[in-house]
Amino acid sequence: MTDLMIEAHALEKRFGATVALDGVDLEVPAGAILGVLGPNGAGKTTAVRILTTLSLPDAGSARVAGHDVVREAGAVRRKIGVTAQDATLDEVLTGRENLVMIGRLGGLRRAQADARAEQLLAEFELTDAAGRLLKTYSGGMRRRLDLAAGLVTRPPVLFLDEPTTGLDPNSRARMWEVIRGLVADGVTLLLTTQYLDEADELADRIVVIDRGRVIADGTAAELKAQTGGARLEVTLSEPRAEAPAALEEFVSGPVHVSHDGRRLRAPVRSAAGLATTIVRALDEAAITVDDVEVHQPSLDDVFFALTGHPTASSPEGEAAAASSPEGDPQEVVA
Amino acid sequence: MKRLRDLAVLTRRNLVHIKREPLQLSDVTVQPVLFTLLFVYVFGSGVVLPGGGSYKSFAIAGLLAMNLTTSAMGTAVGLSSDLGSGVIDRFRTLAVWRPAMLVGRTFADLLTAAICSAFVAVTGLIVGWRPEGSVLATLGGFGVFLLFAYGLSWACACLGMISESPESAQSMGLVVFFPLAIVSNALVPTERMPAVLKTIADWNPVSAVTSASRKLFSNPNPSASIHAWPMEHPMLAALLWSAALIAVFAPLATYLYRRRTTD
Repeated sequence: MTDLMIEAHALEKRFGATVALDGVDLEVPAGAILGVLGPNGAGKTTAVRILTTLSLPDAGSARVAGHDVVREAGAVRRKIGVTAQDATLDEVLTGRENLVMIGRLGGLRRAQADARAEQLLAEFELTDAAGRLLKTYSGGMRRRLDLAAGLVTRPPVLFLDEPTTGLDPNSRARMWEVIRGLVADGVTLLLTTQYLDEADELADRIVVIDRGRVIADGTAAELKAQTGGARLEVTLSEPRAEAPAALEEFVSGPVHVSHDGRRLRAPVRSAAGLATTIVRALDEAAITVDDVEVHQPSLDDVFFALTGHPTASSPEGEAAAASSPEGDPQEVVA
Repeated sequence: MKRLRDLAVLTRRNLVHIKREPLQLSDVTVQPVLFTLLFVYVFGSGVVLPGGGSYKSFAIAGLLAMNLTTSAMGTAVGLSSDLGSGVIDRFRTLAVWRPAMLVGRTFADLLTAAICSAFVAVTGLIVGWRPEGSVLATLGGFGVFLLFAYGLSWACACLGMISESPESAQSMGLVVFFPLAIVSNALVPTERMPAVLKTIADWNPVSAVTSASRKLFSNPNPSASIHAWPMEHPMLAALLWSAALIAVFAPLATYLYRRRTTD
């Protein structure tokens, strides 16, 4: 395939005894968004560092915008924009000075760099803070400026490494809006995240990484379907003993009836119009219902099913992250 | 030309840093004035020069050497804090001419060294120091210092690269450069130093540079009568030392930078 903007084959990387990447393959077609999902320490950042020429792979190969990341690093750098997880801007310069400097280093003429900086500052609602030193910026402002910095040279391929980690829910929602806007402009994007809802919300395809390996790959819907089906919940108007039998043909496991006999729960294979079919079937059996719900599994459920351990966005994961040294204490999860 | 532009942009960035970091700025403004006044008036009242001459005429060249040597540590500190932040990664994902990062740093330091020299020289002029040689020779005297300072900043770049934090760069720098500045003919004549110390001082590059510029300033230079090769040929020795610093430490810094930023 020639229209792949990002492709990685069997990437391996170790740091001493730690295996950061253990044979990772990635493919992102032009104009697509790939969400790389995984917990802290899964290898997401290492993969991004290799793809953005900051780190060399121990084995395997990768091409970005058609150029080899090791042998043609210079050509790759001219095509990419990067927003890293840690701040990568100059604390002692103002917001405006940072963007102008990056524009100049990215090959823009002085006037172009100035104009581009003003444009991005306005776009990211940073014009009022443009003359302030970066060290006075809030976390959300830094993230926005960092993202703006990645866009200065209008790169066709963009890497965002955990763009919303550490942001409060408001800043996070704004960041999502900005990212959606980029995609509308046709940029190819690789986004890493620890948040399943973020990957679900933004990405066309999701790759789940755990302990340096890709453990699942697909659209959000495919991933959900791949691991456990949906869950059916029916609330009857009054208890009816024949209700479980009426549901038999739709369920994929035992039907659980609540103590009051009104609520029935069972695993189902999700299908189009399932809720309607069930309402109709119950109606034919003269069973009146107050409510029928088909719950799609959350990606949290998916992740747990795939890895056997919870993610950072579930309560258990939160506690684990807080106790681990990598846990970001500022982390706020919506 | 993209390379020159990268170099100019990064040099400018480092200068802005020095301007905005009060400690670094004071190293090249307040400190040179303070040192000059302290040494001229405190040491000057006690030191008697062999062969005569006033201490302040003798001391200004030495103070230039001392201030430039100790302020060269700024390179180590600045580079070390850049390496500790993510900003170098940002530069590396842009198509920046690789050596611009280091060369831009040393260029900025050369300009700061010039500012530092100006503060010492003006303070010297105010307290009564006068270069007695021609204008050209006087400029040459400053040139000798700046060339040496440039060589030192490459050595400091190496120091910055091997230190783990700006603080450790600062303290390592102090351990290396303070003795280098003091065990020399910069602030006192070496004649009455103990034999071992005197030999070290007479072969110290700081002494060669100081002697060379005393000669160019036509200021008192008691070391001229010392029978050690660098003191007999201070100009040549100063140039050789500076060239050696650049020849050894510039490639080493480039190597260390590559090693430090590759994983």
